[in-house]
Amino acid sequence: MPFDVLIQQICNGLVLGCVYALVSIGYTITYGIIRLINFAHNSIFMLSMYFAIVFVTMLALPWWLGFIIVIALTAIMGVLTEKLAYHRLRNRGAPTSTIKIAALGVSYLIDNVVIVIFSGRPKQFPTVDLLTDVFEIGPVRLQRTAIIVPLVVLVLLVGLTYFLNHTKPGLAMRAVSRDMEAARLMGIDVDKTIAFSFAIGSGLAAIGAILWGQRYTSVIPTVGSMPGMKSFIAAVIGGIGNIDGAVIGGMLIGMIEVMVVAFFPGLSSYRDVFSFCLLLIVLLIKPTGIIGEKVADKA
Amino acid sequence: MLEIKNLSVSYGGIKALKSISITVPDKKIVTLIGANGAGKSTTLRAIAKLIKHDSGTIIYNGEDITAISARETVQKGITLIPEGRHVFPDMTVLENLKLGAFLRTDNKAIKEDIDYMYELFPVLKERSTQLAGTLSGGEQQMLAVSRALMARPKMLMMDEPSLGLAPMLVKDIFTIIERVNREDGLPILLIEQNANFALKVADYGYVLETGTIQLEGTGEQLLENEKVKELYLGTGD
Repeated sequence: MPFDVLIQQICNGLVLGCVYALVSIGYTITYGIIRLINFAHNSIFMLSMYFAIVFVTMLALPWWLGFIIVIALTAIMGVLTEKLAYHRLRNRGAPTSTIKIAALGVSYLIDNVVIVIFSGRPKQFPTVDLLTDVFEIGPVRLQRTAIIVPLVVLVLLVGLTYFLNHTKPGLAMRAVSRDMEAARLMGIDVDKTIAFSFAIGSGLAAIGAILWGQRYTSVIPTVGSMPGMKSFIAAVIGGIGNIDGAVIGGMLIGMIEVMVVAFFPGLSSYRDVFSFCLLLIVLLIKPTGIIGEKVADKA
Repeated sequence: MLEIKNLSVSYGGIKALKSISITVPDKKIVTLIGANGAGKSTTLRAIAKLIKHDSGTIIYNGEDITAISARETVQKGITLIPEGRHVFPDMTVLENLKLGAFLRTDNKAIKEDIDYMYELFPVLKERSTQLAGTLSGGEQQMLAVSRALMARPKMLMMDEPSLGLAPMLVKDIFTIIERVNREDGLPILLIEQNANFALKVADYGYVLETGTIQLEGTGEQLLENEKVKELYLGTGD
């Protein structure tokens, strides 16, 4: 493979991995905090793409303003799913399996509302030239996203890590995800903290969706299912509940998916299979995922 | 002063507490003793609002706090140290202490209080950046006590502080309980398996049996009571 193509493919893998990482954080946070595998997360991802179409394409807002609104609105939608569905079930003592099924229901609900409103025909995602223009370094031609996406994700991850380790709401979130009852005894508002974690997960999914849309511009109501599924796999591979693990898993899946197709073009129609194979292999070797739960608990 | 009047709690149709009434006067140590399943923990958990109760009232310093949330209970100054300590194992000792002060905003005083806890329990200072899960049982209990004190509570509830500790440490824990009570005038509602120790430090005690109060009296009275001796102190004839 020529050198310039290799560089391009590495960048493609990086960009894809970054998007998976952002989306998988949402899966891992909700699992970490209420042991919920949020099957509606992929629908939230998809919904944010339609929000972008509404605000940036249809209402013709400046792209940056539109995207800010999209991120905020998606975060609110995430909170709404928690408040209207999961929270009520939890309060009535429903087992987690019931809440998982509810998440599936929420997912179908969102998907079908979107189909009713926007129809199933593909729509064009509003791309931004600032992000998608191509530049050249020597013989290598790259889209700007190759630089911008990893930078954005890096900044978000540093911010998230700081938030979790050095701010009060961040500390509260870790406390709730570890021991809900003890968190209550500290005076932490557990419901608010859970809602907030949904806001963060959904907001990050929206950012992931916006970046995804710059490359894969065709938007249909099922657009979230494959990236959602792979991000979920990424979270499991990394060790679900663990944010670092989600990022590592996301990067791994993105890179492998791109590289397999780059080196074995004949297998390109099987590209999605490799993520699932990787999942099976990792789980066979290390059932708790790459990072797993690093908890020392003597008591 | 905390007054619990006719408190009833049930779990899935089974009555765990049947209309019990307890008073914790200012500056006093009050203990609940009784066998496993008598409803001791349930009482504390209902006061802390970790579980819902069926009926009864909880009055704190003349104010009806029956309907407030767990968070508001902490805000009022009532703090529970739960059974099994429940420190946050994957957080550092320092982070655990900070979480104890979660509802406070006086950052400077919080820092001073952390230093005070390190003075009370020097081992916590040594382990300040260590994950709480790596501490020994005794150290975790010290952390649980100091984490609770970080809230600057006006009343402490302790659920089995000596559970799983070596006899030496049990003594230490009771010394701490007495000290906190004497120095800060903190009223304490204490549950203990070790009825002997508990009644010695307590000003007043209640004996709980299958959700009802069978007996009450000062610590000394209960220590002398034949039935208590037989059932809970293991010194009866």
